[in-house]
Amino acid sequence: MTAHLPALIPVAPLVIALLTPILARLSVTLVRITALTALLISLASSAGALQHALVEGTWHYHFGGWAPPWGIEYVIDPLAGIIAVLVSFFCLLVLVYAAPYLAGKPAQEKGYFYTLYLLLAAGLLGMVVTGDVFNLYVFLEISSLAAYALIASGGSRATVAAYRYLLIGTAAASLYLLGIGYLYALTGSLNMADLAVLLPPLAATNAVALAVALITIGLGIKMALFPLHGWLPDAYSSAPAPVAGILAAVMAKVSAYAIYRILYFVFKTAAPVQVALDIAGWMAAAGILYGSIMAIAQRDLWRMLAYSSVAQMAYIILGLALGNIMGLYGALLQILSHAFTKGCLFLVAGSISHQTGIRDIPRLARLSRRMPWTLAAFVVAAMSMVGLPPTVGFFSKWYLMLGAVEAGAWVFVAVLVASSLLTAVYFFRVLEYAYLKEDQGQVEGQTREVKAAGGWELAPAMLVPVLILGLGILTLGIFSDQIISGYIHFALPWRMP
Amino acid sequence: MLALTAGYINFWLIAILLLVGFYGIIATENLLKKLMALNVISVAIILFYLNLGQKAGGTVPILPPGVEAGVTEAYANPLPHTLMLTAIVVGVATTGVGLAMLRKIYKRYGSLEEPVVLKEMRK
Repeated sequence: MTAHLPALIPVAPLVIALLTPILARLSVTLVRITALTALLISLASSAGALQHALVEGTWHYHFGGWAPPWGIEYVIDPLAGIIAVLVSFFCLLVLVYAAPYLAGKPAQEKGYFYTLYLLLAAGLLGMVVTGDVFNLYVFLEISSLAAYALIASGGSRATVAAYRYLLIGTAAASLYLLGIGYLYALTGSLNMADLAVLLPPLAATNAVALAVALITIGLGIKMALFPLHGWLPDAYSSAPAPVAGILAAVMAKVSAYAIYRILYFVFKTAAPVQVALDIAGWMAAAGILYGSIMAIAQRDLWRMLAYSSVAQMAYIILGLALGNIMGLYGALLQILSHAFTKGCLFLVAGSISHQTGIRDIPRLARLSRRMPWTLAAFVVAAMSMVGLPPTVGFFSKWYLMLGAVEAGAWVFVAVLVASSLLTAVYFFRVLEYAYLKEDQGQVEGQTREVKAAGGWELAPAMLVPVLILGLGILTLGIFSDQIISGYIHFALPWRMP
Repeated sequence: MLALTAGYINFWLIAILLLVGFYGIIATENLLKKLMALNVISVAIILFYLNLGQKAGGTVPILPPGVEAGVTEAYANPLPHTLMLTAIVVGVATTGVGLAMLRKIYKRYGSLEEPVVLKEMRK
């Protein structure tokens, strides 16, 4: 069985996804148990494969026994291993969180939710482990289609948001497909490792430049890089709570990972890549400021978090654009950091809205008394967003800052500092309402009574994932040195063998 | 200019088709027509790949019994076709999900014109 660990990572949720509509007719509890088991298998396989990659080197798994470049291979190097563990961990955690949200819905609808959710997980994990650019496209579309349908399950407004996301997302995937079409026409290969060997002699041609542009723009739309972020605020803020959590935490990260993988591991140092990274870096700097300022202007907590995502995702691209060791450390740590931080924030926002129906920031008044633990996690995540030690957000921004100083990119340094200050403004506004503002009678009248949750401030299945993420932010921060030297260091493109 | 167009007329036509698709997505205000424009883009990309595997006088890459392999020049590359089979399936799935959403939108807002839907949403 262990010989097939890389295949199990995406296949376990994929197979169970196909079974769930049938199982849902028997028992929803059964569906829930099988879904959790499938994701647990993914998490265990990812962890095992990561361990193997760190100890014995990159693991090439030939799917169906066909050798590359003809067959599809799954490649687990430390980079793919880290991201696979991250993605499967979040998929599992958010699935636990989804139970109270689904309570009270008809059995059939629950079954469909689990099916789509597992398809999303399978698509994301497949994108991470595949070593084939066309296979990546297929998994990208699997995860995207599942995401569109999951967002649309949030009601009529969500359907419109999901439909617009579908149009933009499919156009983006088409650009990516066209880009790899050029690579295929040039080299006759679709295997990443093979392309990395075949491309350097062709690096100066216009076709490679066009392929770089198409792929970067296509994946840039998917990860909501400014100014290609138009779909994100509506999609995130109208999706159901667990869906918003998983989208914000890992979906955009996987596209960022794909950009990193293709630009740094496939194209390597081809001249067009440098141009693409320079442009993307400036776009990222603009996006950091734009996202932060737009977040300040929002009244709806979810929209504020969504705009903040536009800014925080741009940090990753900023780190990639810097291109030195510190910058890449920062970018990769930011992938982990933002997954935990924004995942935690969206789950808290979802819990608040599930428990009390509140979404507007001014109506959060004195919520800290009713939901102390939930808001404690929010405070930790907010500190990580602003970049205060000892949270992991501090360390990712610190490495980015070091990278920017090393590269002499003083504008980026200024942008990073300014962004931290702007982030502080919009998060302290939320905290001010939640902890300090007195209830006003009129506001109180509109607030729904807190739902009974068996004596808990929140159903345990929701509270526990929120607290795990809150603790995770602190733990990752405290052990950030070990994470950098033990894991992230091996995920650099010029890593030591 | 003539040299650029003469040998590559099929690719120029595909490029035009692709741009028609993108124009359609941006310019039309009807949500269903946007989905159709998306399909035009997908067709353009499928044709692009198929052209890569095309060869004048090329035949299917199957060896009849008793024939020695060797004259690979006679065969058309089958890989782009298989890749595009996958892309067609993806396109069908996307269109299906899109149409299902459009049904929901039409039921709720009574129109598929984007400005009307947005106006209804603000109410």
